[in-house]
Amino acid sequence: MSTTEVVAHEVDKIPVEITVNGTVYRREVEPRLLLVQFIREDLRLTGTHIGCDTTYCGACTILLDGEPVKSCTMLAVQADGSDVQTVESLEKDGELHPLQTAFSENHGLQCGYCTPGMLMSSVALLAKNPNPSDKDIRKGIQGNLCRCTGYHNIFKSIEAAAAAMREE
Amino acid sequence: MSWVGKSLRRKEDDRLVRGHGLFTDDELGEGMLHLYILRSPYAHARINSIDTSAAEALPGVACVLTGKDVLEHCDPYMQLGPGPTAEILDYSLARDKALYQGEPVAAVAAETPQLAMDAGQLIDVDYDMLDAVMDVETALENEILVHDNIGTNQTWNGVYEYGDVDQAFADAAHVVKIDRLHFHRYSSTPLENNACVAEWTRHGEVEFLCNNNFAGFAKQLLAPGLRLPIEKIRVRTFDVGGAFGNKIWNYVYMALCALASKKTGGRRVKWSEIRTEHLLASGHGNERTYLDTEVALDGDGVITAIRSRHLDDCGAYTRYEPLGCVIFSQVLAATYKLRNIRIEMTQAVTNKCPVVPNRGYSRMQQLWFMERVVDICAHELGIPADEMRLKNYITDFPYETPNGCVYDSGDYPKMLDMAKELVEWDKWVAYRDEARAAGRHVGIGIGTTLDSGTNNFGQAQIMNPYLPFSGNAEACIIRLDFDGAVVVTLGTGPSGQGHETSASQVVADELNIDPAMVTVRSGFDTNWNTFVGHSGSYASQFAVTGLSAVHGACQKLKAEMRQLAAFMLEASEEDLVLGVGDEGPELRVKGTDKFVNYWAMSNIVNNNNAVLQGELPDVTLNVRHVYRPPFKVPDVEKKFGNLTLTYAAQLHIAVVEIDPATSRVEIKAYAAVDDCGTVINPQIAHGQVHGATVHGIGAAIMESFDYDETGNLLTSTFSDYCPITSVNTPDIAYGNIETPSPFSYNGAKGMGEGGGAPVHTMSAAVQDALHGAGVIVTDSFTSPPRVFDMIRNPNRETAVSVDSR
Ligand code: FES
Ligand code: FES
Repeated sequence: MSTTEVVAHEVDKIPVEITVNGTVYRREVEPRLLLVQFIREDLRLTGTHIGCDTTYCGACTILLDGEPVKSCTMLAVQADGSDVQTVESLEKDGELHPLQTAFSENHGLQCGYCTPGMLMSSVALLAKNPNPSDKDIRKGIQGNLCRCTGYHNIFKSIEAAAAAMREE
Repeated sequence: MSWVGKSLRRKEDDRLVRGHGLFTDDELGEGMLHLYILRSPYAHARINSIDTSAAEALPGVACVLTGKDVLEHCDPYMQLGPGPTAEILDYSLARDKALYQGEPVAAVAAETPQLAMDAGQLIDVDYDMLDAVMDVETALENEILVHDNIGTNQTWNGVYEYGDVDQAFADAAHVVKIDRLHFHRYSSTPLENNACVAEWTRHGEVEFLCNNNFAGFAKQLLAPGLRLPIEKIRVRTFDVGGAFGNKIWNYVYMALCALASKKTGGRRVKWSEIRTEHLLASGHGNERTYLDTEVALDGDGVITAIRSRHLDDCGAYTRYEPLGCVIFSQVLAATYKLRNIRIEMTQAVTNKCPVVPNRGYSRMQQLWFMERVVDICAHELGIPADEMRLKNYITDFPYETPNGCVYDSGDYPKMLDMAKELVEWDKWVAYRDEARAAGRHVGIGIGTTLDSGTNNFGQAQIMNPYLPFSGNAEACIIRLDFDGAVVVTLGTGPSGQGHETSASQVVADELNIDPAMVTVRSGFDTNWNTFVGHSGSYASQFAVTGLSAVHGACQKLKAEMRQLAAFMLEASEEDLVLGVGDEGPELRVKGTDKFVNYWAMSNIVNNNNAVLQGELPDVTLNVRHVYRPPFKVPDVEKKFGNLTLTYAAQLHIAVVEIDPATSRVEIKAYAAVDDCGTVINPQIAHGQVHGATVHGIGAAIMESFDYDETGNLLTSTFSDYCPITSVNTPDIAYGNIETPSPFSYNGAKGMGEGGGAPVHTMSAAVQDALHGAGVIVTDSFTSPPRVFDMIRNPNRETAVSVDSR
């Protein structure tokens, strides 16, 4: 078989309206489409990564109405009407978010694959708890795996960002 | 101003923290097909037939591949092993038999990933399940054959013998016999899965975007596999989400994508692995069993000889193997000075996932073995573990090992002292003794390890004398762009080690400019990067091979710039100084206002060369350097020669307490001391140590690929495999010493693998905690269920015996 016209398998699609990083998107999606696929493939925001596709690694963490959520564990249709923030929303007018700066300054990333998810979990953590203890930080990112750094520099980065954000 | 030695903020971070990295799965080009791989549910099964008609009939399916297509279009991958091992037939899809659970059996390319998966479910494979061979000892009985055509499961055998072993045993004051030890299967499971996009172009070339971390090697395997000349294969990588060696053999998946592209008239085909596929079928670390170990010691507890039989289980195929059967001998006697050794190394295939080089590859299995030997002897002879090590450590450098390896530099006693201080040794010894008196299990363990870096590929000839490999090399190109910008391309494609940053630190020092003025190209492309057969990010070598290539290229560029500037300024070369002036990077006649900047030089060479009037024909300001370490071809008969250039070392100490209710090994304190010679970027080096340490701790107490007897992998999701998380990670007291390597221009030693130090350290600590309860730690995996078993079934009586004269 070669390049014959191939027609996509027809499945009933469902309309959704999801706000992502401030922009409202109205799309028709397959019911089985995961939120992470919607973000990455439909919206082409590839900063949100997939590491395990089974709710374990947190690489796909986004904020859904301000709460950290593993976007591989939610269907796009479940996010209908919600407000989503991804890593791409952190930089404002060319200025890095204090967490982004702190991760770089404290070598809180090596390959950078876990970083977007780590950042989003950390944003949520610091929004609730601007002065977290070491234990709070560890718990705050316990749903996010990093296979490179051994975590310590990530703890340091979050601590440094918290301090910088308290001063702001 | 020296940039080397500084914790420069990494260049790579700018894109990565913004979510602007380009990982392979981020490639979303229009009109791509998506590949789904159907895998064998059985560890060992005959494939009677495959019916693909329903899948092919599904609208949106572009092609279905089975073993037949592979046989028609591909040749088996090159095998490295000798004798019958060379006859192993390894293709990207199973043909008549599936040899491990998760082996690819068929593949579907369709318009969307979802459709491809739907179609995969419609493929009907008729299997006959066969008995599986699930351990290396059974495999060596050859009753069930994994590869029928080679008539044996044994893939390698060789004896490493040095000194006078029998005499040493005859003279020994004590002989300690250890029945059996076992190093478990795990892997470092990078967070980014394997992924690939392939296009078989109309010009008959195949272009890959992928996350393979040894692209030069992949090209050499893919070309014959796909029946193409090597130059028709283009491999590109960009950001890679961790590799740890594991991504070396994803070429089998790259070939499948290429084949699907070929069959669909050149459409781009993308495959993204899911985590379960990765855990089932994308490479595990080498599993090793050590039998009949005997250790000879003198009356002072100095080890004089070892003999042992080691059995390596390489899974279903010898991909990159049996190289592990030689690579372990880089650290044959670890950090210890014994001279009499006889180790018989045998490897066999089993019906498990094939092994792949994994952080610490094959050396950590040997280092763990040696550390177990040292601790078991120490406990049995009543010698404290620290004293035992001091009696036996190598202390004079450079040191030639019995098998001809040269340890460049080191100071293990000093590292031990530093680690003891960092961990607060005396405090914990007192704590341990009190806790023991109260009936609690507390232990302190030491692990000494080597991270041998920069391989001499000549060791491959010890494994198979017919292999035309030896030495090592790395390449670099440095040039001035039209605007004078300094642009560097490397032979390596990194996966998080910060090569862009450390290379620019070296260039900045050599040219006396700022690292911000240096662009090190991200990613790797076999069409445009310079590289040699050894190029790649593996085996802890970048700090030596990669940076030596960069350094050498800088010398050539400087020489050319001096010639050109001398010509332009009518000055003598000796009077020129390199630096940065008001008009950017420049060469200046010392103490004058006569200078020429990089733009002006580049412009003459690239745009305005009539000015040269035919002079300086060799000056191109675009230079290539290949660094070659000074290796000799080893003596294959004697298995003797220098196998690696540098030997970084790690010394770890763990204090553990075993929870009486759950048998969990709780880490009370942990210290890690590192010596990687001269440090290029302390923050990066420190980060590598932390990462390797936490990997190793996870491996020791949480992570294991466990199979049942029929060959089902029981830990095939992250929820079962349980990679270590932020809450399981102990605090780590970190220290480092620097013993510069005399063998690298910069004194650096390759590092980053960390030699599996925590695995040895945790085994030692658990044994120290439980020795009083009659336990010898004989397995590298000490998860709570394992520890529970150990306490319930003390093994000291059968695991070890001591014969003292
Ligand atoms: S990809 Fe969603 S948790 Fe791992
Ligand atoms: S930096 Fe690689 S997984 Fe975290």
